[in-house]
Amino acid sequence: MSDVTQLPATGFSLPKLGRFRGLANGILGIGILLVLWWLGGWIVQNSDDLFAFADFAPAPTLSRLWEMLMDGEVVEMSGPSLMRVGLGLFYAIVIGVPVGIMIGRMKRLNEVANVPFQFLRMISPLSWMPIAVMAFSTWDGAIIFLIGMAAVWPILFSTAGGVRRIDPAWLKVARNLGANPLHMLFSVILPAIAVDILSGIRLALGVAWVVLVPAEYLGVTSGLGYAINDARDTLEYDRLAATVVVIGVIGFALDALAGQLIRKFNWVRSDGH
Amino acid sequence: MDFEIHQGEVVALLGRSGCGKSTLLHMLAGLTHPSEGQVVINGNVVEHPSPKWVMMFQAPSLYPWMTVAQNAGLGLKFTRRSYEIAKRVPEVLDLVDLGAFADRNAQELSGGQQQRVALARSLAPRPEMLLLDEPFSALDAFTRRSLQQDVRKIAKDLGLTLVIVTHDVGEAVRMADRVLVLKANPGRIAEDTQIELSEEERGGGSDAFGREHARLMSIYAEVAEMGDAPVENDFTRLSE
Repeated sequence: MSDVTQLPATGFSLPKLGRFRGLANGILGIGILLVLWWLGGWIVQNSDDLFAFADFAPAPTLSRLWEMLMDGEVVEMSGPSLMRVGLGLFYAIVIGVPVGIMIGRMKRLNEVANVPFQFLRMISPLSWMPIAVMAFSTWDGAIIFLIGMAAVWPILFSTAGGVRRIDPAWLKVARNLGANPLHMLFSVILPAIAVDILSGIRLALGVAWVVLVPAEYLGVTSGLGYAINDARDTLEYDRLAATVVVIGVIGFALDALAGQLIRKFNWVRSDGH
Repeated sequence: MDFEIHQGEVVALLGRSGCGKSTLLHMLAGLTHPSEGQVVINGNVVEHPSPKWVMMFQAPSLYPWMTVAQNAGLGLKFTRRSYEIAKRVPEVLDLVDLGAFADRNAQELSGGQQQRVALARSLAPRPEMLLLDEPFSALDAFTRRSLQQDVRKIAKDLGLTLVIVTHDVGEAVRMADRVLVLKANPGRIAEDTQIELSEEERGGGSDAFGREHARLMSIYAEVAEMGDAPVENDFTRLSE
């Protein structure tokens, strides 16, 4: 039948966004955040008590951010911070992955380590600050230690969980084919848990980035945390807010990078069956 | 328990669940140690797994992060013969009719194809003996039948010794030259019998196949009924 009754178009529907839907929604979210920020700035500017902080508003912040980008200040203050987070994360991985594999493989060790690890994990990394300052001869060392203390737990527990979920048949097959312990580690265990390790690193990165700023309030004279403290002392609120934006953008980018890595190493094919 | 298996022979270990046939196979593979006595292959006592006697399990257990070819080459890699992979892996994949699937991810394959990859993986290091632990039990009847025939043919062509654990009388008749019927509590060999069938007759359907099947079934039933444990099995159902 060709003359199908045409139903009148009813209601209003958004244009189909297809694969750009995620991007469009992301932009929408950012837009809402900017509006709220602008609204906050407007309220501050029109308040008798708060107008001194008007530079926190988007317009002064973003123009200052542009300046800081152009004169290299952003790179200058991010470099040391990224270095510290990188090193802290590196030590957390070097310790967390092997220990995680061991407690994942050895039930007894897991039982022994569980209570002390859960105990240590629940201590805020920043409460180690006085000890770190005493134990390390440099401020940088202390900061890297604090970041490592924060980052090691997610990596360790995620690794151990991944090891426990390894199909025992994979180990049996490898042994049957003549695998030695190194083969077992590099050909079976590590590829099997790559995604778990990376998920742990992604969580650790988030924690490390959060711990970084208060840790950099310590004696150092470089980095994003220092820049925030310094801007507060010199009452440059536009610079302070711009630094906050930089922290957020870098943190977001690092997390997105970790997400990409996880996608790359994820061997689960959802269309496999 | 004392028995000998000869080079190039296809032997089925037939028995009900729990009679220890799987454990026996693990011992042959060197994955489990016997509490007493020893397993000797070509004059060497088996103490460890070795690429010379490779076991295939019920599940193919392919590594999902590898391609079909990488899975098939693993035994060579583990035994420091990586230089053979480029030549040997296509050979064994052709042998199991999966030459065209070399670069596919193992997860994209069907259950039967995965079990074929597992077979290729076992064959790649050129083992002298292949130990199969009910390797086709998870497959549909049609796929199972074709793999039973193919595995026997490959083993015969390569002069490979094959030991198959099964509780399926039909599988034993189709595949084995010789059947050891095992009995539980304590585990022992209750019967050691030859299957006298030509390759054509093993396809099933012939009178000769039917006779061998009935003969083995009656031995199996008799052995099982002699068990100390109460027998709940309905053998008329089993013989379908």
